[in-house]
Amino acid sequence: MAEFTLKVNGTKYKVEAAADTPLLWILRDHLGLTGSKYGCGIGQCGACTVHINGESMRSCALPVSAVGKAGVITIEGLSKTGEHPVQQAWHEVDVPQCGYCQAGQIMSAAALLKKNPTPSDADINSAMSGNICRCGTYNRIREAIHVAAKKVKS
Amino acid sequence: MSTPSIQFDRRSFLKVTATTGGGMMLGLSWAASAAEISEAPFMEAMTFNAFVKISPEGVITIMSPNPECGQNIKTAMPMLVAEELDCDWSKVVVEQAGLDSTKYTRQVAGGSGSTPASWKPLRTAGATARQMLISAAAKRWNVSASECSTSNGVVLHTASGKKATYGELATEAAKMEVPKDVQLKAVKDFKIIGQSHKAVDNKKIFTGKQEFGLDFKREGMLIGVVARPPAFGMKIKSVNDSRTKAMPGIKQVIRFGNKVAVLGSSTWEVLKGRERLAIEWEVDTKLESSADHDAKMAELLTKPLEKPQRKDGDALAQFEGAHKVIESKFEAPFLPHAPMEPMNFFADVREDKAELIGPTQNPGSARRAAAQALGIAEDKVSVMMTRMGGGFGRRLNADFAAEAAEVSKLAKAPVKLMWTREDDMTGGIYRPACHYLYRAALDAQGNVKAIHVRGAGLNVGNPLRENNFPAGALEHYLAEGHNQPSNITTGPWRAPVHNFLAFAEQSFLDEIAEATGKDPVQLRLDWLAQAEKSPVGSVPYKIDRFRNTIELAAKKANWGKAPAGVFQGFSAYFSFNTYVAQVVEVTLEAGQPKIKRMVCAVDCGVVINPEHAINQIEGGLVDGLGHAMFSNMTFKDGVPDQTNYDTYRVIKMGDTPPVEVYFVENELDPTGLGEPALPPLSAAVGNAIFKATGIRLRKQPFSLNGLRNV
Repeated sequence: MAEFTLKVNGTKYKVEAAADTPLLWILRDHLGLTGSKYGCGIGQCGACTVHINGESMRSCALPVSAVGKAGVITIEGLSKTGEHPVQQAWHEVDVPQCGYCQAGQIMSAAALLKKNPTPSDADINSAMSGNICRCGTYNRIREAIHVAAKKVKS
Repeated sequence: MSTPSIQFDRRSFLKVTATTGGGMMLGLSWAASAAEISEAPFMEAMTFNAFVKISPEGVITIMSPNPECGQNIKTAMPMLVAEELDCDWSKVVVEQAGLDSTKYTRQVAGGSGSTPASWKPLRTAGATARQMLISAAAKRWNVSASECSTSNGVVLHTASGKKATYGELATEAAKMEVPKDVQLKAVKDFKIIGQSHKAVDNKKIFTGKQEFGLDFKREGMLIGVVARPPAFGMKIKSVNDSRTKAMPGIKQVIRFGNKVAVLGSSTWEVLKGRERLAIEWEVDTKLESSADHDAKMAELLTKPLEKPQRKDGDALAQFEGAHKVIESKFEAPFLPHAPMEPMNFFADVREDKAELIGPTQNPGSARRAAAQALGIAEDKVSVMMTRMGGGFGRRLNADFAAEAAEVSKLAKAPVKLMWTREDDMTGGIYRPACHYLYRAALDAQGNVKAIHVRGAGLNVGNPLRENNFPAGALEHYLAEGHNQPSNITTGPWRAPVHNFLAFAEQSFLDEIAEATGKDPVQLRLDWLAQAEKSPVGSVPYKIDRFRNTIELAAKKANWGKAPAGVFQGFSAYFSFNTYVAQVVEVTLEAGQPKIKRMVCAVDCGVVINPEHAINQIEGGLVDGLGHAMFSNMTFKDGVPDQTNYDTYRVIKMGDTPPVEVYFVENELDPTGLGEPALPPLSAAVGNAIFKATGIRLRKQPFSLNGLRNV
């Protein structure tokens, strides 16, 4: 067990945990931030996606000891009011079915748009290839990313 | 529109709702008086019961009794109530109800049944409340109720110009006699049904605030994982848990049956604790492999069945005298459900009662199984449903809920049991593996004289839906289905049996069309005409609805008129009382088929929430495509070969072509949409790929045939 200081959604937290504890379980069990989901534990499904220094990362495969001083943003901290352009677009397109993967999808999409504000379908397919939606809402996710891109632009 | 957070504490929930003072609590039993209901709002026993609550401030709360697994029923059910209540949808608050058999019936997310089963009862519930609000207004204004009308949450008396909001009338209305026969609206008068309304939980989902089962937390609860046998057919020989118990954070290690639960205060600690268990396993029954399964099913396909599931005329005699026989075999593997949220459940078992909370498609069966496991009466077990991270049939089973209850009892503590992805994928209850043999006997003119289907599946029960089209159209039709017992556990998987049978059946119809030189759409239409003119035996499908759906798909996809280089495949299937017809378009890129477009026509009667209906159908096609193309579950000596999404391939965004959805417009009672769009898709894909490549795909997943790049 060791003590770690994490900066999550702008707030500093001290947590005591084994060094190999994945960030996901720190967020969920220690900090009560359950918006990031567990889906596979091996970085294959994207349900646990968070931003670390602006990059989308799989928190289930990232040991807490590797986070260091980097700022972590989770779905809870993506926007103050829940009105990030991606969140708005997701509502406009009415994307979800079960909704379990959508936090991860939204985080991946937000990271994509930061890097590439006008992604093509191919750019989107590539950037989102690590996010599984078992309900099959992929076409809506793709559409919502285009809608969000327009919002970011304007 | 908003939804409050789920009230998990049932006792406080009862208290709150029972003391809403001036508000109107309608236990919408049209048999009981409102006074009785307001005194004991949750005690009313009825065959179907929806709840409307109206606060004096005008907030309208509608309970949604069925589990939500992504079919968006939590939006659709309240829409039915709100339509007939004639209220302002933007003022509606939706609450998920817990399991309560005294108030609700069929609290199940399965069989595409939530919508059809609630169509009349929920609308009646809304209309009853509306009538009571009118009665209260009429009494207050001393006018006849028949002179009053409603609009958007307001009761109006046109002659005097008087009006009152539902909130203003709520207290008086609750005391009105409950009308017995209320008039329901005509379809043409619908204002809410038929218009798209966004999912009521969207905002929570997009901000990470939506609670799923795995997110549930209660002070003092333990988190648990369970070590289960690594192979089907194995049991525990010995357990040494000393290394686990020595770990920090591990609170209890409990052996129960052939399983060992590791309980602690955090997920990572219990996962590591489980890794350190030293368990010796031994063979209990038999260790089965996929090769054995395939051999067994192949053998069964050579064997007639003494009592066929359906026998019209004498098909076998037709085969003896046939000019030509077409024969094909089709194979489908076991499949896990692999919902994004793995199995989990919370249980707090006390001396003589148990509280269960979690993601279940069938809370009633969870309650039954838990009561049985605990040896207590069912009425001592409460079940609250959380939103589910997918279901696909896996959560119709109660094993994971009963297991949590069992562990909580042994631990004498509240426990949330979670399955890892590996536990979930290797823990059993799969779509059964099935093989089919299809044969058609042709005469010299190329007419089909008889069709014979023989199926064999592992733990499938009946591998057939023997009354499927083209049964009814042919004089000679024989359907035989074998079941082969196995210790690999199986259960319902989205559109059970249909999900693969449709592939075999609809691919074979394409083969018949090919062999007889007929257009695949025309072949189906001809047979429907034949079934209409001289029906053979009884069939569940309506000919005109099937025909309309097929024609709509063909029209919208421009069937038969695809540009050069675009190859079309057709498929049409009736299941869960819904008619579906699909056209898939394929092109060739570097010799590999690429799926470019999927078109789907559906007759599900009245469409309640169009955007969500489309979403559900899109999902059905995408799900059907993914499993047809990639997904495979195999076994070696009882051990599943696929354990997580790295070895078990599911469809991803880049694999997903555009989907177009069209509805047959009518005013018929609605049918469900969770399942019916999936079954026919893989045949439409296979039939299109055949057109493009000349390769007939008869084994799933298609990736086994060397196809990639879809």
